[in-house]
Amino acid sequence: MPALPLDEAGKYVAGAYVVFLTLIVVYVAIIGAKIARIDREVTELNELLEGEE
Amino acid sequence: MIGTAATILRKDLRIELRTKESVPAMTLFTITVYVLFHFGLDRDSLDGALAAGVLWVTLLLASVIGVSRLYASEREQGGVDALLLAPVDRTALFLAKAGALLLFLVAVELVAVPAFAILLLGPGLGGALPELLAILVLGNVGVAAVGALVGALAAETHARELITPLLLLPLLVPLLISCAQATEPLMRQDQGPEDLGRWLGLLTLYDVVFVLLSVAVFDYLLED
Amino acid sequence: MYSKGFKPLAAASAVTLSASLILVFFYAPLDADQGFVQKIFYVHVPMAIVALCGFVAGGVMAIRHLRSGDPSWDLRSYVAIHMSIILGLGVLVTGSIWARASWGHWWVWDEPVLVSFLVVFLLYCVYYPLRFSIEDPERQARYSSVFAITAGAFVPLNFVAVRLAEAYTHPRVLSQTGGSLPGEMRLTFLVSLAAMALLFVTLWKLELTAKHAAMELKRLRRRLADRQPAAVA
Repeated sequence: MPALPLDEAGKYVAGAYVVFLTLIVVYVAIIGAKIARIDREVTELNELLEGEE
Repeated sequence: MIGTAATILRKDLRIELRTKESVPAMTLFTITVYVLFHFGLDRDSLDGALAAGVLWVTLLLASVIGVSRLYASEREQGGVDALLLAPVDRTALFLAKAGALLLFLVAVELVAVPAFAILLLGPGLGGALPELLAILVLGNVGVAAVGALVGALAAETHARELITPLLLLPLLVPLLISCAQATEPLMRQDQGPEDLGRWLGLLTLYDVVFVLLSVAVFDYLLED
Repeated sequence: MYSKGFKPLAAASAVTLSASLILVFFYAPLDADQGFVQKIFYVHVPMAIVALCGFVAGGVMAIRHLRSGDPSWDLRSYVAIHMSIILGLGVLVTGSIWARASWGHWWVWDEPVLVSFLVVFLLYCVYYPLRFSIEDPERQARYSSVFAITAGAFVPLNFVAVRLAEAYTHPRVLSQTGGSLPGEMRLTFLVSLAAMALLFVTLWKLELTAKHAAMELKRLRRRLADRQPAAVA
């Protein structure tokens, strides 16, 4: 199999790595945002509950 | 346990003989699909890999119908709950269901395989019949075991008719590979088995794994 | 919120990942046949291996769940499988890119890893509809575990069958997927594999943290509702 010239091959390799890194970044972002939001709500609720006691 | 399994199996067979639901539907389905393939592929006769593929894919698709109906009697009459009130060995239930599916498949193939030979197969079946029977037997055992398991898995969901084929067919891929590869040389013009041992070996491994797995895991299904 | 070992684990993942990227692009030699395109191999194959291990691990955790009845094992199993499915998607996409770059087609049937993955991916996609169409939570967990075990046992069998079949229809030298790698490539590959594995475990723990936090939130909401039904936001 002839090797693709660097500039052509570069596109594909870059594409593959971009896919991989995007998956990670998007995943971490989604979960991170979820945790941050839940964290906030938990502290709010805890304060509310303490206020009652 | 065998006694219980036999009783449940007898009940299922009696129901099938009375209602004649699964086996005729599966048989009709296979023959219809053969006709579809004739038109879809625009071929009068098939041989080799194409023949093996059409035969096995059709049988597997027909088995989906069988699996969908396998637990129907339990569902419709609340039969599972009745079974569960008495301390029935789940393994017995699995053996009965797999046994029923196995017998249904055999019944379907008694018609479907000759039909295939008449309608679509180029070279005759005669010379390779014993080998083909071996493949069919091992293949049916695998489909029966996996089918009984998938039927139980899908039994409790609303989307039963959708989940059953989606779950069953990928699980059957190794079985399909083995059966098709083993059958292909039997359907060539110069027929004769090739590497039959290898594929029958893989089939046996598949059957053993899935029978053992299903027996082990079945206790956790259909519980309450 | 985060378990004790999490920050060092995350740090280790980041470090190993950076190391592997540096190795891939500045250390590993160019492949004689495929040239620069071969670099995709360092992300595609580790993803595949880790995903496969993830599926099997999900099955093992499911066994623990069934035997102990402890729902936290089911949660661990679910997250492992969920992540492996996402990784599996990545395997298929990067594999497709590799196929396109190497052979000019967006899909090839003679790569047993890729083909096995397609089947495995299709199977595991059914996990979600199966799981979420069962309403009773205890039953949902139990049936999901049965599926996870069945599918986990299926993965190696499927791999063997597909590989055997491909050996027939498409005989090829398997050297591309790591038959025998020269030293520098092997090191790069192993580091990439380690990076992927660490990343998987880190993200797995991260998602478990999120799920536990969500359950904690639900508990708090319920407590609040018990006291002041009007105050629930």
